[in-house]
Amino acid sequence: MTTTELAAPDPGPAAPGPTPSTTLSAAQAASASREDKARISRWLLSAPALVTITIFGILPLIIIVIYSFLKAAPYGGVVWSPSIEAYVSFLFQQDIFTEELVFSPDFLQIYLRSFIFAVGTTLLCLVLGFPTAYFMATRPPRQRNWWVLLITIPFWSNLLVRTLAIMFIIRDEGLLNNILIGLKIIDQPITILYTDFAIVLGLFYSFLPFMVLPLYASLEKLDFRLVEAGYDLYASRPKVLFRIIIPLSKPGIIAGCLLVFIPALGAYVTPLILGGGRHMMIGDLIAQQFGSGRNWPLGAAQALILMSAVLVALFFYVRATTGKVKHGQG
Amino acid sequence: MVELTGLPAVEAKNVTKTFGAGPDAVVALDNVSVTIQQNEFFTLLGPSGCGKTTLLRLIAGFELPTAGSILLEGQEVAHLPPFKRMVNTVFQSYALFPHLTVAENIGFGLKMLGRRRADRDAQIEKMLKLVKMEPMRNRKVHQLSGGQQQRVALARALAPHPKVLLLDEPLSALDLKLRKEMQIELKRLQHETGITFIFVTHDQEEALTMSDRIAVMSHGKILQIGTANEIYEHPVDRFVADFIGETNFIEAEVMQRIGNRGQIRLPSGIALARELDPIAPVGGKVTLAIRPERIDLVKPGADCQLAGKVENIVYFGTDTHFHIDLDTGGDVTVRVQNRRGFQEVLKQGDAVGLRIAPEAMQVLKD
Repeated sequence: MTTTELAAPDPGPAAPGPTPSTTLSAAQAASASREDKARISRWLLSAPALVTITIFGILPLIIIVIYSFLKAAPYGGVVWSPSIEAYVSFLFQQDIFTEELVFSPDFLQIYLRSFIFAVGTTLLCLVLGFPTAYFMATRPPRQRNWWVLLITIPFWSNLLVRTLAIMFIIRDEGLLNNILIGLKIIDQPITILYTDFAIVLGLFYSFLPFMVLPLYASLEKLDFRLVEAGYDLYASRPKVLFRIIIPLSKPGIIAGCLLVFIPALGAYVTPLILGGGRHMMIGDLIAQQFGSGRNWPLGAAQALILMSAVLVALFFYVRATTGKVKHGQG
Repeated sequence: MVELTGLPAVEAKNVTKTFGAGPDAVVALDNVSVTIQQNEFFTLLGPSGCGKTTLLRLIAGFELPTAGSILLEGQEVAHLPPFKRMVNTVFQSYALFPHLTVAENIGFGLKMLGRRRADRDAQIEKMLKLVKMEPMRNRKVHQLSGGQQQRVALARALAPHPKVLLLDEPLSALDLKLRKEMQIELKRLQHETGITFIFVTHDQEEALTMSDRIAVMSHGKILQIGTANEIYEHPVDRFVADFIGETNFIEAEVMQRIGNRGQIRLPSGIALARELDPIAPVGGKVTLAIRPERIDLVKPGADCQLAGKVENIVYFGTDTHFHIDLDTGGDVTVRVQNRRGFQEVLKQGDAVGLRIAPEAMQVLKD
């Protein structure tokens, strides 16, 4: 007992206690302050995520949007006067003599080619990645982690180094051609480097793990008793694959395709090195506007058009695939 | 009881199945032979690890026998993959396809067999009706309860009208009441479809109530095949007697023998004439199996085969179990039906006589 308590006068039996109304409001105030505290701590806990998203996601995007509606300064950078020139010049070119705007599909062609390359890369990764992931998922549990490790080993070295290594393998005097000539299979080197094929090969190699890993995660969870049930109900091996295994690993297929398609569409290093600058993709094109092209607003506009295209493609892709799932499930 | 045609539906001949190799090899089935007749409800009964599920998987085609052959209606099928055998399985986990509806699950086998859509739809409707799941036809599997999933699994396996239906402990995931319902349901389905059922279970009561014949298995071997009655009343050895229901074991001495008949003496000194296994020598011991409900408790006297003291009384509602310490050593359980309600005639420590009909004492092989 403290001295104050000892000194406090005894209220006595007749002393009026706090009225019910005051206790109630006190309780309300206490619970209200507790709610406030909870709200504050919720915000504090989510602050790191919000700050990260704002600084690294939303702010740069706003800057790009603003830049795309400005004029280009002659030596890079922007002039702060509003303009839609960048978007116009994406589709039209000013005739040098008549100063008339003429429709020019150059940029669209690069976009289309990038799209085809990205789709091709995605399909190649899916067709070769699925058997790989299936093989990994059907190993004994102890072996599986080793296979995952092997798949992730390429990530340990730089993409640029790996792409240059591919270049050394496929160039005219490279390893592949030397071996083929040495084995007398061919007498003239096959030109692979600086072709479209080289770009797709490089993209396929770079992004294969992004396909294999989500597929593996999906297939590893697959209940193989369902596969047995399929065999039991007269489904041959191909039918079990297409009617049971593939529909059930759809989440992995969707995730893998997105993880390969989106970065493949905007790839920069691979097409630059393996395409030799002759076969441009969107990534090179945009980089060029910010570099030697000195047209920042055009670069910003091109980046935003790419982003919109990806969003539209995603929308249709997701709707088509989930629609199929729904149809499959009735 | 379903009328049996007597034609074999499934024959296993000297089937051995070994998993692994070298010193770690596990023998799951050890030279098993069994013939299952058409339209039969045949049960493989045994504790876990006895090989009953392995035998089922060999018949389904999920495993290849290490040795021996498996015949389906007289045709060797051991080398055929599961999708080429007119045999369907109801899996313990049901293994329903989660991406398909109830109707699509039921129609899957028919679709894979290449049946025309109209035929398929008609058969799906028939099956839905058979398992009373018509209102659920468009549901997804995860929207169904355990009992409903069980019905869909049954319908899916029955839809292609297989020659043999294999059921791998299909009722083990259900609660007691639902299990009892499904036991009756399964019997009804087997009767209505006329399909041979091979049922795997470790539940002896399930086996006794549902089966036309039962094979009791242990350690990869079939110990006894017979009707529920034969297996319960005439178990061949100690394992079967102990696994099926409760049993008292009493040792007796062989006094003399003529051919396969002889005289044995109970520990109490009472002599009995019995049919004997040829290997039991004079002076040797045999084990007698006696069911608890086949013993009468009476006043101790000369007409009793055994005598003892009441050690413990347990009331079970329908009957009362008396644990008796025998005067000659050992103990037995006696089950008395409470036909006139529970009557506290006997108390702990009372001396009692045990009267056992000679035919209730089964000589075991062991």
